[in-house]
Amino acid sequence: MQNTTWVPLFPDQASTFAWQVDALYFYLIAVSVAFTIPIVVAIFFFALKYRETEKYATPEEMHGSMLLETVWSIIPFVISMTIFIGGALVYFNQYTPPEDAMEVYVVGKQWMWKAQHQTGQREINELHVPVGRKVKLTMTTEDVLHDFSIPAFRTKADVVPGRYTYMWFEATKPGKYHLYCAEYCGLNHSGMVGWIYVMEQRDFDNWLSGSVSGQTPVEMGKDLFTNKLGCASCHAGGPAQRGAKLEGIYNHDVKLVGGATVKADEQYIRNSILNPSSQVVEGFQPIMPTFKGQVTEEQLNALVAYIKSLSPNAAASTAAMPATPAANANTPAANKPAAKPAANANK
Amino acid sequence: MNAQTAITEGHADTPKGNYLTNGSTLASWLLTKDHKRIAIMYLISVSVFFMMGGLYAATIRLELLTPASDLVETATYNKVFTQHGILMIFFFLIPSIPAILGNFLLPLMIGAKDLALPRINLLSLYIYWLGGGLTLFALMQGGVDTGWTFYTPYSTTFSNSFVMFVGLGIFINGFSSILTGLNFIVTIHTMRAPGMTWFRMPLFVWAHYATSLVMILGTPVVAITVLLLAIERATHVGIFDPSIGGDPILFQHMFWFYSHPAVYIMILPGMGVISELISNFSRKKVFGYEFIAFSSIAIAVFGFLVWGHHMFVSGQSIYAGMVFSFLTMVVAVPSAIKMFNWTATLYKGSISFDTPMLYAIGFMGLFLIGGLTGLFLGAIGLTVHLTDTYFVVAHFHYVMVGGQVIAYLGGIHYWWPKMTGRMYSEFWGKISAMLVFVGFNLTFFPQFILGYQGMPRRYAAYPEELQVLNIFSTAGASVLGIGLIMPAIYLTHSLIFGKKAGDNPWMHPGLEWRTSSPPPTENFDVMPVVTWEAYEFGEESGLDLEGAKRRDAAGVA
Repeated sequence: MQNTTWVPLFPDQASTFAWQVDALYFYLIAVSVAFTIPIVVAIFFFALKYRETEKYATPEEMHGSMLLETVWSIIPFVISMTIFIGGALVYFNQYTPPEDAMEVYVVGKQWMWKAQHQTGQREINELHVPVGRKVKLTMTTEDVLHDFSIPAFRTKADVVPGRYTYMWFEATKPGKYHLYCAEYCGLNHSGMVGWIYVMEQRDFDNWLSGSVSGQTPVEMGKDLFTNKLGCASCHAGGPAQRGAKLEGIYNHDVKLVGGATVKADEQYIRNSILNPSSQVVEGFQPIMPTFKGQVTEEQLNALVAYIKSLSPNAAASTAAMPATPAANANTPAANKPAAKPAANANK
Repeated sequence: MNAQTAITEGHADTPKGNYLTNGSTLASWLLTKDHKRIAIMYLISVSVFFMMGGLYAATIRLELLTPASDLVETATYNKVFTQHGILMIFFFLIPSIPAILGNFLLPLMIGAKDLALPRINLLSLYIYWLGGGLTLFALMQGGVDTGWTFYTPYSTTFSNSFVMFVGLGIFINGFSSILTGLNFIVTIHTMRAPGMTWFRMPLFVWAHYATSLVMILGTPVVAITVLLLAIERATHVGIFDPSIGGDPILFQHMFWFYSHPAVYIMILPGMGVISELISNFSRKKVFGYEFIAFSSIAIAVFGFLVWGHHMFVSGQSIYAGMVFSFLTMVVAVPSAIKMFNWTATLYKGSISFDTPMLYAIGFMGLFLIGGLTGLFLGAIGLTVHLTDTYFVVAHFHYVMVGGQVIAYLGGIHYWWPKMTGRMYSEFWGKISAMLVFVGFNLTFFPQFILGYQGMPRRYAAYPEELQVLNIFSTAGASVLGIGLIMPAIYLTHSLIFGKKAGDNPWMHPGLEWRTSSPPPTENFDVMPVVTWEAYEFGEESGLDLEGAKRRDAAGVA
């Protein structure tokens, strides 16, 4: 919830690194004040004390001082290094997603945000997350650059066409927070906004069971893999297959034609679907057709999720499963969060 | 009256020719090789662009008075902020001080007859007109809505506006910068008067030397980038667009590799002006001359190594982010050195508060805030929250307007008597300087708070709880607007009604004050020989201080 003072000075602190960013902010304000006050006081003091008393006076010359120059070079340098180190620590934290986070896929599109949970729930311009759990967003875009920005969590990340970017957070306070697109994306950029709903785990479980869930990404990927796109005709496994075996490859090194080795991460899987001949696995022919233009970003996400699920040991991230699914199965809408605005209602 | 004519040695009343009276036909202006006339033509053209950019700024602030997108359509708003940025950066901020004040003063300050390459100088003006004309043509045809940063793939694939035309305008205009930079470097190396050693040069000249280095080395990169953008848009060869095999982040690297150093093209000449003003109006040699001179060079060099700090959240590796953050912190040090030396220059000076000095003192305060908030944005963990918000908008306006524009205005006032031979109204000058200072702070300080609240840039509409601060900002903008319109009026008025300025109305020792106002076409009647150090205010540097006192006494009586 936004605070309701007349002139709001700070956004809510609603994630585990909100206080870190705020601490950095206050440190920098302190440094700024510590520099500004002496300089401004000196300027005013000198300006008054040494104001012109006689026209065209010739004050005594001064040539500068090596000692002073050294001091006022070293002090700012040392202080700027403390700022650098503080910033780097927080940054490392912000952009290193933990292994055990619950994963959500996000796709940006002119001009809306589409999110899909591991359990299949889809949302537009909204994202429901439980409080106190690490959430990792795997993001891409169907068109231009966007930026997923949540001021209350003090984090944001650009969303880049043709690749995955990641961000993570752990919400600390239930509530409803602004979601903005922070990278200019064309006509309705300022309408590409929404809400992040942070809920208690119990409410979140109810929301999960209450909202209509379609296929989970893994199910959807499997469907595409075996039926719609026919990947299975070459990649179903077995020794005589024309396509490389996909079981167990995720997060493992793959040897490529030409001798290079690459780690089979999400980017690699994605690239192998869209640009198959660019990284061919050793022992196979570059015969796979490209699927560029035939699959949407959401379908790609689903395929990647499915292929990851074929490597059960490597895929560490946990799905957003309800903590006690059975208990909540029959109470659909009872605890749904109140007053959920319609998608796009906020301009 | 007798005393005065004696001092000015007849320059004021005998109709001796100066650069303004040397030919009055249009051709005598358009075909001139005189750096001073070229500077005046730049002054007029740059002012036109500044006014247009200002009108766009006014539209932005009026739109943001209310949370909804209601004054203009969102599509129009997107074009307005884009065109505000393009006109202000490429056609006002970059050429303003170098092409006007630098052009006019650099040869005068080092005792040269003209720039080393006068025809090239005129060519750079024509190129500026051509680039500017093309850009204006594109704006009138329908404008461009990509943001001044032209980020791909929006600018190559998705925007239906006149990206190619504007790109071509900026591409052409870049050559104007390159030629000006080249001309300055050659001039400083080869055209210094006898006795004008490197360490006797005014710091304004040092700052322009550093700026010229950046212009020559950086501008070709933006030309290449714009060219690649055009190739991709026209032929669909994949360079930046991922759907045809390009990389959108590559564009950002190339764009900022120029556009970050371009920030220093904008601010370094401003710092040069401030060094002149602080020293001259304290009548005291600038403190730590060598440190100020070399810090300009250091800024120019390190400025090339920090472009990645515009891309902390763009998906570059976190280690790249840390390297760029480190280098960004390093580049803050030379700016801090300048700040301290300027402050120390005031110590035991003889400080007068004429309009240019008011601007200089205002610059110190505003640039201090602009520089310190740069540290906020260099601290990577913090900038993840702040980037792409109004905090960034406030920061770069503090540096660009609070720094560069204030320095430009201070410089224009200071050298106005030299350029025109007339004094401006000191009363209105002071009023306007104060209005600019107050209006500027009221406009942009609230934007720091809006930014920390998370208000994103380039939004036509914003949440209602942010309206109060936006009202402050718009109110401040109207004060700032009045403060900026006033000089246009009283300076123009002074051309005809202004008091005649003597050759050296401030009694300052720079070479530009040792010729008549306005100077003759060949700058000096006799080639000056420099026997004094920079910023020597005593009579030993040849200043007739007693004479000036007599002149003043006669003027009062």
